[in-house]
Amino acid sequence: CFAPFLCLRPPQIRVKPDRTGVVTDGVKHSMNPFCEIAVEEAVKLKEKKLVKEVVAVSCGPQQVQETIRTALAMGADRGIHVEVSGKDYETLGPLQVSKIFAALAKKEQADLIILGKQAIDDDCNQTGQMTAALLDWPQGTFASEVTLEADKLKVVREIDGGLETIKIKLPAVVTADLRLNTPRYATLPNIMKAKKKKIVNVKPADLGVDVSSRLEVLKVDEPPQRQSGVKVETVHDLVEKLKEAGRI
Amino acid sequence: MALRRALSRLLVNSQRCSLISVSRAQGTSAPAAYEEQAKKAAKTPKVQFNWRDALDLEGLLTEEEIMIRDSFRTYCQEKLMPRILMANRNEHFHREILNEMGELGVLGPTIQGYGCAGTSYVAYGLIAREVERVDSGYRSVMSVQSSLVMHPINAYGTEAQKQKYLPKLARGEILGCFGLTEPNHGSDPGGMETKAKYNPSSRTYTISGAKTWITNSPYADICVVWAKCEDGRVRGFVLERGMNGLSTPKIEGKFSLRASATGMILMDEVEVPEENLLPHVSGLAGPFGCLNNARYGIAWGALGAAEFCFHAARQYTLDRIQFGVPLARNQLIQKKMADMLTEITIGLQSCLQLGRLIDQKKYNPEMISMLKRNSCGKALDIARQARDMLGGNGIADEYHIIRHVLNLEAVNTYEGTHDIHALILGRAITGLQSFTVGK
Repeated sequence: CFAPFLCLRPPQIRVKPDRTGVVTDGVKHSMNPFCEIAVEEAVKLKEKKLVKEVVAVSCGPQQVQETIRTALAMGADRGIHVEVSGKDYETLGPLQVSKIFAALAKKEQADLIILGKQAIDDDCNQTGQMTAALLDWPQGTFASEVTLEADKLKVVREIDGGLETIKIKLPAVVTADLRLNTPRYATLPNIMKAKKKKIVNVKPADLGVDVSSRLEVLKVDEPPQRQSGVKVETVHDLVEKLKEAGRI
Repeated sequence: MALRRALSRLLVNSQRCSLISVSRAQGTSAPAAYEEQAKKAAKTPKVQFNWRDALDLEGLLTEEEIMIRDSFRTYCQEKLMPRILMANRNEHFHREILNEMGELGVLGPTIQGYGCAGTSYVAYGLIAREVERVDSGYRSVMSVQSSLVMHPINAYGTEAQKQKYLPKLARGEILGCFGLTEPNHGSDPGGMETKAKYNPSSRTYTISGAKTWITNSPYADICVVWAKCEDGRVRGFVLERGMNGLSTPKIEGKFSLRASATGMILMDEVEVPEENLLPHVSGLAGPFGCLNNARYGIAWGALGAAEFCFHAARQYTLDRIQFGVPLARNQLIQKKMADMLTEITIGLQSCLQLGRLIDQKKYNPEMISMLKRNSCGKALDIARQARDMLGGNGIADEYHIIRHVLNLEAVNTYEGTHDIHALILGRAITGLQSFTVGK
């Protein structure tokens, strides 16, 4: 499972004039890099014959199908496009997405959900954890190594102090961190095979999920313009200036 | 007085100011100031001019072609671009790239079966454009393998030959080269001096001669060599490294395509078993069929190199400040970029149409000649202009453009020089051949 994201290629990302968000028209969208790592891990597990089937899921408007196709080209078996567009898509956040994932996991009888640790457009880092909570499944987040041991998953997690190794029972939710693997380039033959793989269209209502948001965005601003600095002659001057500015 | 008023009106006009500030915002030298333009955009949703794809080539591609291009572009930028500076400077050929490309399935992409992808000619063109965006030498290596080695074996070979060679060539496990050009016969391959003599007792051919300017030959495992048989007809043979009398010395002192190895094929009475003859073609139609296949890829590829030079020159002239303003503020610079943009855009559209025609089997060789000639000539000119726009920095290989300038000299020349393609077209236009002195 994964979600699409905003790609930061030129032109620069601009805040909308009404300050409710950023301009997404004409900006090329592609797969969230952490989710790419998640897809790669899932495909690797299938290649090792440890899982039977890899289903790629994405929530969003029509364009999201391209991203699902990329996952299919990497080796996923089939795709599910949960259609959310227009206003609903603008306010779609981790809580609604995790409700959708939880409903799908039950419907598809999934044993494992792998997604990126966070989306690089909102940096929320919540969807994986919320999904696990809604399903009451164990979670292995910030995974840098995942090993299947019988019916348990050994997950090495990247934490502030270093690495933490945990064992969790399946079914479980895993979120992928940067060092989990290096995603493969989709090969030509696989891109062509992806055409024949199925993507099923589903609406949140079909899953009994209400996508209305409980959050209201008050405003979105650009970071402040970088002010030019001031040159000082001596260390004494530096300390004086810092004191003046109330920094020390 | 009136002139001064008009001038001040021009400078004060808010629309013009916002346009200037938006274009400066794209560079790194000026702060972003877009509010005026954003207000305008909110009022009237219009189609923005996209200098990266001015006539929406993207909109004419299938989803599959876009995915193929994007996936391969990422590989080229991430894995090939970091190597090219030193590979070109030190004239080092990275043999590994064949294996990497093989893994991605981009070798012999239009061939059906035998471990090949079986994709469209448009996809082949898009692939060539992405490789050549990095380096023409890398693209030459790929073109030779796909169009000049895999294609003749697929089109003219026996089933046994296809099974023996194609899967390994597709994976990049073995490297091939194409031997047509000779020291004394470049534009007139028909005059070739390499001879093949059949020996009925041993069921072999004895081949003697020399081929030159052969991409890949110093490292090639197999050579598809074209030789004149006793009946005067040109035929193709697959020679394998290790055969007695076969040597492939490297050509030294090359200032073009330095990232690819170029050499000769010297054959001193090489005994080639008759199973190695490509039986399903004779005459020059054989090599020309291969060359046309490669020329099509080159038509796309050269524009990839041109695009790199255009984009690099644009960014450089936006960043470089002289006399208090970016170089891009100057009219001479803008005119050059307008010319580059136009040629690249028009060139790509024509390549797409040609690719579609080839996929529909509605093409002929003159179409390919026309576009190979156009793309190479225009790309060379664009690269030279771009080099000039970079000034002194333009001659440093770290800025890459000079490498494209040098490479495109060879690209403009090989696979039929600019002038030879003009004669091919001239003959098609007038019905009168002008290759030879006689009638």
